[in-house]
Amino acid sequence: MAAWLSSELARRAARRIAGELRRRGPGPWFPSSSTVPVLGPTAGYHRGFCSVRRFAGDTAAATATAEDSDNEFAAGELQQVVDFPGGKLSFVGEMNFVPESQRERIKCYRVLDDDGGIIYSSRFQEVSKELALKMYSSMVTLQIMDTIFYEAQRQGRISFYLTSNGEEAINIASAAALSADDIVLPQYREPGVLLWRGFTLQEFANQLFGNKMDYGKGRQMPIHYGSNRLNYFTVSSPIATQLPQAVGAAYSLKMDKKDACAITYFGDGGTSEGDFHAALNFAAVTEAPVIFFCRNNGWAISTPTTEQFRSDGIVTRGQAYGIRSIRVDGNDTLAVYSAVHAAREMAITEGRPILIEAMTYRVGHHSTSDDSTKYRLADEIEHWRTARDPVSRYRKWVQGNSWWCDAEETELRNSVRQEILQAIQVAERIPKHGLAELFTDVYDQVPSNLREQQRSLLDTINKHPSDYPTDVPV
Amino acid sequence: MAMKVLREVGRKRSGAAWIGGSRGFADCAAAAMGVAERREGGGGTKAVNLFTAVNQALHIALDTDPRSYVFGEDVGFGGVFRCTTGLADRFGKNRVFNTPLCEQGIAGFAIGLAAMGNRAIAEIQFADYIFPAFDQLVNEAAKFRYRSGNEFNCGGLTIRSPYGAVGHGGHYHSQSPEAFFCHVPGLKVVIPRSPREAKGLLLASIRDPNPVIFFEPKWLYRLSVEEVPEGDYMLPLSQAEVIRKGSDITLIGWGAQLAVLEQACEDAAKDGISCELIDLRTLIPWDKETVEASVSKTGKLLISHEAPITGGFGAEIAASIAERCFLRLEAPVARVCGLDTPFPLVYEPFYMPTKNKILDAIKATVNY
Ligand SMILES: Cc1ncc(C[n+]2csc(CCOP(=O)(O)OP(=O)(O)O)c2C)c(N)n1
Ligand SMILES: [Mg+2]
Repeated sequence: MAAWLSSELARRAARRIAGELRRRGPGPWFPSSSTVPVLGPTAGYHRGFCSVRRFAGDTAAATATAEDSDNEFAAGELQQVVDFPGGKLSFVGEMNFVPESQRERIKCYRVLDDDGGIIYSSRFQEVSKELALKMYSSMVTLQIMDTIFYEAQRQGRISFYLTSNGEEAINIASAAALSADDIVLPQYREPGVLLWRGFTLQEFANQLFGNKMDYGKGRQMPIHYGSNRLNYFTVSSPIATQLPQAVGAAYSLKMDKKDACAITYFGDGGTSEGDFHAALNFAAVTEAPVIFFCRNNGWAISTPTTEQFRSDGIVTRGQAYGIRSIRVDGNDTLAVYSAVHAAREMAITEGRPILIEAMTYRVGHHSTSDDSTKYRLADEIEHWRTARDPVSRYRKWVQGNSWWCDAEETELRNSVRQEILQAIQVAERIPKHGLAELFTDVYDQVPSNLREQQRSLLDTINKHPSDYPTDVPV
Repeated sequence: MAMKVLREVGRKRSGAAWIGGSRGFADCAAAAMGVAERREGGGGTKAVNLFTAVNQALHIALDTDPRSYVFGEDVGFGGVFRCTTGLADRFGKNRVFNTPLCEQGIAGFAIGLAAMGNRAIAEIQFADYIFPAFDQLVNEAAKFRYRSGNEFNCGGLTIRSPYGAVGHGGHYHSQSPEAFFCHVPGLKVVIPRSPREAKGLLLASIRDPNPVIFFEPKWLYRLSVEEVPEGDYMLPLSQAEVIRKGSDITLIGWGAQLAVLEQACEDAAKDGISCELIDLRTLIPWDKETVEASVSKTGKLLISHEAPITGGFGAEIAASIAERCFLRLEAPVARVCGLDTPFPLVYEPFYMPTKNKILDAIKATVNY
């Protein structure tokens, strides 16, 4: 009551001032005409409350449905438009703040229901039996790879690992919708994209063991895969740095008139970094054919998305930057495939960035350094691991088409398992790169300071051989 | 009830270095607190590891100053290194909280909070990830006081961050970026070598009226255990500590490297070489006098750090001591440091400034 009273009093006072100003005629700050381009912010608009009221009152009077002059401020849309840098704007008499959120959350695009049935009336990109089965077997391979490599870390055979559990559909279906020429700039939870492109289980194992066959020459931690041959930029731990880089890569593809786009993956946590915002803005302004693929899995290590942002997820950010966006069920293989397929088409043919937010859940711990039961409920994890598992959901659809049977399932799982165990054994036995590789690639050529440090290191090794691991050939 | 709370707050405030009434932190009064070694509280000690010592310091900082805050990525559940365990439960989510994943945001937010007269104790999850915050720290925090003619300051700012090797961290979980920050007038850089040091230096850093970057040796979080006073105490900033007396050569280091230097001292002693070992503790502004006095005595100096040798903080020490002790130096200043390469995973043992590299350099310097 009291609050209402004081706001009513303020409104009356404002009207009085507005009337007073009207009698005195327009001041020098008044934006005079809609046809004169106004450079810079109009002074009048920055004089505060009263001058805004003045403006509103003056023009509203003609069009307002007001019966008495007291009502002039209740006017809705005004006819007059005024030029600002960036284009014409129409005015409104109501002081309407744009709300912090839409009344309804952006809906999530889905094709498969929880039981793997096609949702009636859903539109999606057809997949052939062959493609469907390749996608399925890749998802299973990714799943088994994660289980065994995770176990290898627990046994102390590799120093670190991180699974993609729960995000198999995102990994494989997005990769399947791309062409091999599209450039991938990953975060770290997308090894399935590389798997899809033909990175062998042996190649994965070689990186994890940092042996002589690791393209990264043993310099980075496990899971930092990369392959020039497969257009997959090497993983880098700092979060979100790959996003603006993807825009630059996409711009290059556009300048070269390639029939290809860049795609960059990132987590919900990554969207908080400055690089995310820089990337979206650059992409919109440079009209770069880049797909921003956000894996919104609910968690950034222990931080839930409720403490990460207050927007309706990531999808709503696109519009603010002028980027077309879609939210998709990330555990729905067909929906992810279709969304990326369409995004790629638009990105390349229309020369524009697209933002995809895939809703999912990080079923595993953040990494082998983490125990997620410290900060989330075991039941929640279990629910997503079982009832919401993207692999079994997709399998139901594949089997529903009579494209797959239990016997094939058993055979696939056994053979993948064998292949991975074999790959680990082989990788373990391959020696590390020689010591010389410690000094190469810092620059294109080894400069004199490093040559000198290499000589002095060799002296030290000769003097104290037992200080150094024997698996690095000197 | 309210009276009691107020009295409590008053008591706590007067014990801490915060100067009420004005925004930011006064220059000298609080600094005096930082320099005075202060021991109070329970009086007992307990053997704890380094992350627990840091945790104790944060408990005390929050308890003794109601205008103090702890925040950063994942600090709410205790932090990825467990340094913030129990803080959110005890002090509430308004004072201890997770931030979005954004280091520039953490630093900028912390500066604003500090500029309003609060103690902003921010965590950057790994020193390797401090670079998005570089602009805020270098151009803002460091110059806040100077550029405003002391109209404003963000002296209540402390950035904590784990740094250095862990044996399997590779490029981005191993770096030692201290030299970048030592090159920025306006920031203090502090690095402890052990649990007791960590607690006392962290409390001093938090209460120091200047922005401080506090790097914690993550290799020692669990490994290093020592008796730590249970109460509230501070160790002076900008004061190096001679932790081993000797006569033949002076060795200087900080953080985790002290343990390696200590082993080298022991081995050198077996060969009849007497080493004086100094923990620099505060890198900027550093205690030249203690180092100079030692080198004047020994005539030889060796500096060791994990960061790449070129442009490392060892270079600054070498140059300053060459200026001050030119005629008393009997050998070139030796530096045993990281290589001029990114921090390499499988090559880590080769990259590191190991005990034997140091020992060889000690012998070469002594026999120069
Ligand atoms: C710049 C930076 N800050 C902090 C970290 C530490 N860190 C590694 S992963 C991670 C969480 C990332 O979460 P999200 O982007 O959601 O990806 P997800 O792990 O869920 O796939 C953090 C904070 C980092 N790697 N880089
Ligand atoms: Mg996440």
